[in-house]
Amino acid sequence: MSEPVVEIRHLNVDYPTRIGVVRAVDDVSLTIERGEVLGLVGESGCGKSTLGMALLRLLRPPGRIAGGQVFFNGRNLLELGEEEKRLLRGERISMVFQDPMTCLNPLQRVSDHLVETIRTHRPEVSKKEARAQAAELIDRLGIMTERLDDYPHQLSGGMRQRVMIGLALALNADLIIADEPTTSLDVIVEAQFLELLRELQQQFNLTILLITHNIGVVAELADRVAVMYAAKLVELGDVYPLFDAPLHPYTRGLLRSVPNIRLTDDDLEIMSGVPPDLYNPPPGCRFHPRCAQVMDRCRLEEPPFREVQPGRSVACWLY
Amino acid sequence: MSDNLVEVRGLKKWFPVQKGFIERLVTRERQFVHAVDGIDFQIRHGEVFGLAGESGSGKTTTGRLILRLVEPTEGSIVFDGVNLASLGDEEMRRLRQRMQVIFQDPFASLNPRMKIGDAIGHSLEIFKVATGEEKRQRVLDMMERVGLTPARFFYDKYPHQVSGGQRQRIVLARALMLHPDLVVADEPIAMADVSVRALLLDLMLQLKEEFNLTYLFITHDLATAKYICDRIAIMYLGLICEMGTLEQVYRHPQHPYTQALLAAVPVPDPHARRVKRLPKGEIPNPINPPPGCRFHPRCPHATAICSVEGPSLTEVEPGHLVACHTRFPA
Repeated sequence: MSEPVVEIRHLNVDYPTRIGVVRAVDDVSLTIERGEVLGLVGESGCGKSTLGMALLRLLRPPGRIAGGQVFFNGRNLLELGEEEKRLLRGERISMVFQDPMTCLNPLQRVSDHLVETIRTHRPEVSKKEARAQAAELIDRLGIMTERLDDYPHQLSGGMRQRVMIGLALALNADLIIADEPTTSLDVIVEAQFLELLRELQQQFNLTILLITHNIGVVAELADRVAVMYAAKLVELGDVYPLFDAPLHPYTRGLLRSVPNIRLTDDDLEIMSGVPPDLYNPPPGCRFHPRCAQVMDRCRLEEPPFREVQPGRSVACWLY
Repeated sequence: MSDNLVEVRGLKKWFPVQKGFIERLVTRERQFVHAVDGIDFQIRHGEVFGLAGESGSGKTTTGRLILRLVEPTEGSIVFDGVNLASLGDEEMRRLRQRMQVIFQDPFASLNPRMKIGDAIGHSLEIFKVATGEEKRQRVLDMMERVGLTPARFFYDKYPHQVSGGQRQRIVLARALMLHPDLVVADEPIAMADVSVRALLLDLMLQLKEEFNLTYLFITHDLATAKYICDRIAIMYLGLICEMGTLEQVYRHPQHPYTQALLAAVPVPDPHARRVKRLPKGEIPNPINPPPGCRFHPRCPHATAICSVEGPSLTEVEPGHLVACHTRFPA
């Protein structure tokens, strides 16, 4: 097997605050293989977005990486200088956020965004050539080429999100981090966008880290799924076995608490309680206060995250 | 007494478009956003009536019209036999005790400087129902019933000190203090954490039984609507395109838009992955909605008549109404 695009080892991210330190990502180890879509799911505040930002070294101060290593194409990201970091972010890693309007420059046309991106990274390309490439690209994304000289506010939300993907493609990025890419889109536009993303992923063998709270989006797109709860990675596995037979009680609860439009049986599993306060996480397993299968051990000892089946890891004393 | 708690007839709301100074000099023509453009429906006593659609479909405006938070351009709303348009301000204020609303963002709808208990009991004071110790007792009772326990512990806290799920419970408790007949819930769980949503829906259903409530449940999420609604209306660009019982609309959708919407909902099951037949494009501008059927530019089954004549909402089987010239059963 080829080298993974990303290898995260025992990553910790801290947010120091006035009333204490919040560890938003706690001892997470994870790899992202070339050409896969890794879905990172969890509820708000579980640390999934922080993990994505840590990969880009874009944590907003006072957030900081407090330990661990992140390898990108074999190089330790945490040892890079500012200039190297800048090049890496644009060239090798691309990001798609929830709200594309805040990522596009309102004073620049779509063509400006694309041409500038193409030429920054390949200065030998002429303006004219870059423009032709940009037109080809947005056509591929299902946007009429007449819209090339539109400003972002003239585009719909779905089109803006397509332009964001276009920027990632223009760079030929090794990794696309998509953080809630469809959350601001309407359901039909969301489905169109997911379909486009799947097509492009297959065509260009893209590597995507898909960060979302939407279980349906993960089920549509991911090859593997990582589940986070209260700053910890609790389960990791291929999408089919993970959905068919979730091991961690939290994963099971999360998957079963989502209404499924295709099922006639409407009994949702109802999880009691709320995620813990990270200033003061519960001892032992962080899920134990909400877990139906809690044992004495869970209250005292933290379960290690370990492989229990080939390609399947879980942090739970049941296994 | 009629079976219907709410009857909506020919309801329209057009919002004037703000124009720049020059534009006003150049053209006199006024433009309007056709937010709600002539809809009829009834909400029966004790049911959960869903209003679903994408953003810009007019579902939220419809909810606000029923509460008379905005005045209709045309049409009437009859609440329990009373035409709301005929009421003066004071009468409307009193009637409002019987209709309450829950919004999407519980943080935005709670005063950050008001203690939770005071916020929940505020309506009792406004309508001079109870004060002092009696108010406190009633609030504590209600807090227990929506699961804000221990109630005494939460009573003196402020909204920022509790979780999002608990905030939505506060909003629910506040809405129920005056024992309303109708609760308009506009995306009540959209902001809640995934693992808390099922719990809130379940609580809403439980409270509905306990307090004999009728819900107007406004949502963009058809999977959630399926869990809680009895009947549902699908809106598109200010009009209802299909309406019926859950079974009718979800199992036998006849409007191509309903079919597309149902197909587009992400399914939390990787085995359900497949290529979907999706309509092209996005919702057009509600200032100049397309002529004829508003869905025709995106409709895979559109025929010549669809671009000329708007279809009316017709009953295709008892209780199942569809506004489509072609009607392709799924």
